[in-house]
Amino acid sequence: MSNILVNAPKTAKRGAAIEIKALIMHPMETGFRPGPNGRIIPRNIIERFTATWNGAEIFTMDMSPAIAANPFVSFFAEAKESGTVVLRWTGDEGFAAEQRVDIAVE
Amino acid sequence: MTARLLVIGLALVFAASYAAAQVGADKRRSGYQDMGEALQKMQDDDTANPGMLFVQLGGQLWNRAVGAADKSCADCHGDAAVSMKGVAARYPAIPQGSDRPVDLEGRINLCRTEHQKAEPLPPENRDLLALAVYVAHQSRDLQIAPPYDPRLDAFRREGAEIYRLRQGQLNLSCAICHDDNAGKKLAGIVIPEAHPTGYPIYRLEWQALGSLKRRLRNCLVGIRAEAWPLDAPEYVALELYLMQRARGLKLETPAVRP
Repeated sequence: MSNILVNAPKTAKRGAAIEIKALIMHPMETGFRPGPNGRIIPRNIIERFTATWNGAEIFTMDMSPAIAANPFVSFFAEAKESGTVVLRWTGDEGFAAEQRVDIAVE
Repeated sequence: MTARLLVIGLALVFAASYAAAQVGADKRRSGYQDMGEALQKMQDDDTANPGMLFVQLGGQLWNRAVGAADKSCADCHGDAAVSMKGVAARYPAIPQGSDRPVDLEGRINLCRTEHQKAEPLPPENRDLLALAVYVAHQSRDLQIAPPYDPRLDAFRREGAEIYRLRQGQLNLSCAICHDDNAGKKLAGIVIPEAHPTGYPIYRLEWQALGSLKRRLRNCLVGIRAEAWPLDAPEYVALELYLMQRARGLKLETPAVRP
């Protein structure tokens, strides 16, 4: 289970641009750093972040080793219809996390 | 009539300036006030402050049964919002049946070994920090209130001595930077007054949550002194003195620092 914090409005006016902010706990290990034993710590990063609104993709992002631990993502989306925004993070070592947010559009 | 109004007016002016002088009397600054606006906003927003991820994790660990006793923190302490409120504001303290003070992390490990019959967590362990930040978060916005306990005096004195002791190849004491030169700049960064108002803190440089002990080791390395071992009593003594020094300042846990 992942620790995730999402900040999105519960309601939005139709056609308005709303900001969705998401923070997730993840080490974002670069794969370039030696560990205490001198060996390189294997890379362990989130590779991809996607957001869908009622199944339709509204935002995607490819992440790289240069992104700091516990990445924070903020993006805008147009509020077209009430529904569920699904935020999904996938990455190395089979990492997968998901968070759902319900937004009512008036 | 005008004379009376004048008297009242003057009295008001005096009262206002007296109040202003009282506010101005406490010139101590939390490191929060010396950060940029962006970082302050990051700390203030509970969904942007990465420390809150660890508070969330700590809340999960609080309710998880561990050890041979198969007990969770909640089994004894119940709702942390009630039972842990104000606890971080008065630590370090001397636990019952002991004669040495422990910090919050030390207290959590005592609970683990004594009541949960579990292994103590190693220093700077993620779960230990998460539990500590969860407990300390319950005291957010409360004033630091070190307890009156005469047994602590000797340790506070020891902490004060360490604070003023010149150490390391740079031959600096804590006081030289954080008392004498606080507010000035060191390599472009404002030297803070070193008030432990938000520990455990999320430091962007660490990309992780860290304890006051880690921060103190950071300073020791900075003045090129030899850091004490992780279980050394010096850290607790220094923390006791720093908490005494920051008495009355508000706790911010989890604080964000650059």
